[in-house]
Amino acid sequence: MRSIIPVLTVVGAIFVVWYLAAVALNSTWAYDKAKRADQTLTFSQMVADTMEQDKPLLPAPHQVAKEIWKTTVLKKITSKRSLIWHGWITLSATMLGFLMGTGLGILLAVGIVHSRAMDMSVMPWVITSQTIPILAVAPMIIVVLNAVGISGLLPKAVISMYLSFFPVVVGMVKGLRSPDHMQLDLMRTWNASRSTVFWKLRLPSSMPFLFTSLKVAVAASLVGAIVGEMPTGAVAGLGARLLAGSYYGQTIQIWSALICAAALAATLVMIIGIIQKITLKRMGMAV
Amino acid sequence: MSDQTIISAKNLSLTFETNDGPVHALQDINLDIHKGEFVSFIGPSGCGKTTFLRVMADLEKPTGGSITVNGVSPEEARNSRAYGYVFQAAGLYPWRTIAGNISLPLEIMGYSKADQAARVKSVLELVELTGFEKKFPWQLSGGMQQRASIARALAFDADILLMDEPFGALDEIVRDHLNEQLLELWAKTHKTIGFVTHSIPEAVYLSTKIVVMSPRPGRIADVIESTLPSERPLSIRDSAEFIEIANRVRDGLREGHSNG
Repeated sequence: MRSIIPVLTVVGAIFVVWYLAAVALNSTWAYDKAKRADQTLTFSQMVADTMEQDKPLLPAPHQVAKEIWKTTVLKKITSKRSLIWHGWITLSATMLGFLMGTGLGILLAVGIVHSRAMDMSVMPWVITSQTIPILAVAPMIIVVLNAVGISGLLPKAVISMYLSFFPVVVGMVKGLRSPDHMQLDLMRTWNASRSTVFWKLRLPSSMPFLFTSLKVAVAASLVGAIVGEMPTGAVAGLGARLLAGSYYGQTIQIWSALICAAALAATLVMIIGIIQKITLKRMGMAV
Repeated sequence: MSDQTIISAKNLSLTFETNDGPVHALQDINLDIHKGEFVSFIGPSGCGKTTFLRVMADLEKPTGGSITVNGVSPEEARNSRAYGYVFQAAGLYPWRTIAGNISLPLEIMGYSKADQAARVKSVLELVELTGFEKKFPWQLSGGMQQRASIARALAFDADILLMDEPFGALDEIVRDHLNEQLLELWAKTHKTIGFVTHSIPEAVYLSTKIVVMSPRPGRIADVIESTLPSERPLSIRDSAEFIEIANRVRDGLREGHSNG
């Protein structure tokens, strides 16, 4: 628990910077309002105003906190204004996309490690896929899938998968190749088959790599799901909240959705971290 | 010791093609190893001693001459799991317990669960690691890990044990102890052992036959049949006979170097 003081210091510093930035950015609007009402503001009046604007350029932390409280705890979960409802929609797409991405990533990695042809032919495409901006691809995926009658959860999950399979492929290729020559030679002296080498040596060796990749992948999945929600006409999900917020200049709504997304991502990464700890500990590879 | 030939190499050569031209790792190797012998291969780095051992194990393919292991090609011998191989590093799987590591080859070879457990128990006794079944490798010292890796190589019914500088990374006290243990183990199991080392005392202390090799190209400089008795306390290393054999090995090494 010695780390608690530095952690709190950093959090405190972030809040200080945030409040200062809110004052600085929102002051123009406060002065403009006062000018139109033919008033002059003292410094403390100005600061008070920047803390309580309806559509501030940068909402102050307590405004965001209040909004989150209002849209989570005080709203029924089934309400369309509940962030939990929107968060759940995004989360379900994220999880489906994450599972699909992880599956695809592992399959590709197994193929790449075992077949030189696949290594040469697939790996360049895997890398190319990530150089294309997802914002450009996402609407096309939504539209194309819609045209063949697939809508709702799956198109968003596909975009999540598109972002999340990549770290899994890269990590698992590295992980499955991590056994050194000696360990592979040892397997050879026992006349072990390729599948035996895979199940008994390559796969267990790759576990630390897998979990590291999964952490990156789950965060990327969430980004994918949010991006996927943007071109759907802002119906539901954290992405929809972001989009609707930006249409109507509801900066507080945007920021509360952003903070929720960040908290969701952090929670997902933490859950994987816990599973990683338990798994590696049971495998005797505790770090 | 019988006269049955276990490993027989005739005009064996191995040339690696590299970007800097061919490297003659082995050239015209002729050697017979009989059943129950303890044969050490000693020489400076690059003399091909490890390569020779790897050829026996079918981890490298020779480019000339012939070699048989148990009367068949190294590949057939490997397929029939004729030998256990011990590397310089223990190479235990960190995610398996000591017992799990030792039973790994047994699992791969399809031994029954009961048989696996019995064999693990008996080889652990052999290397004096009883009681460490449930420990993970990182909980053991380097010497104990290497003993576990020897146990792993002994767990299945291979008559040949090939060891590539198994104690090279260990300190001298541990090494002496393991050398003593290895001789006991050899006496109990009657295995044929091929042992690569770069330590003269180790080679002389352990072997019934010492193969001195020299580099560029890798070839056999001298084959010394040890005259030491089979009962060998560590103190035998101070005897005149021991020193004489050690000197002959040293001469062989020196000669190889001046030629190369």
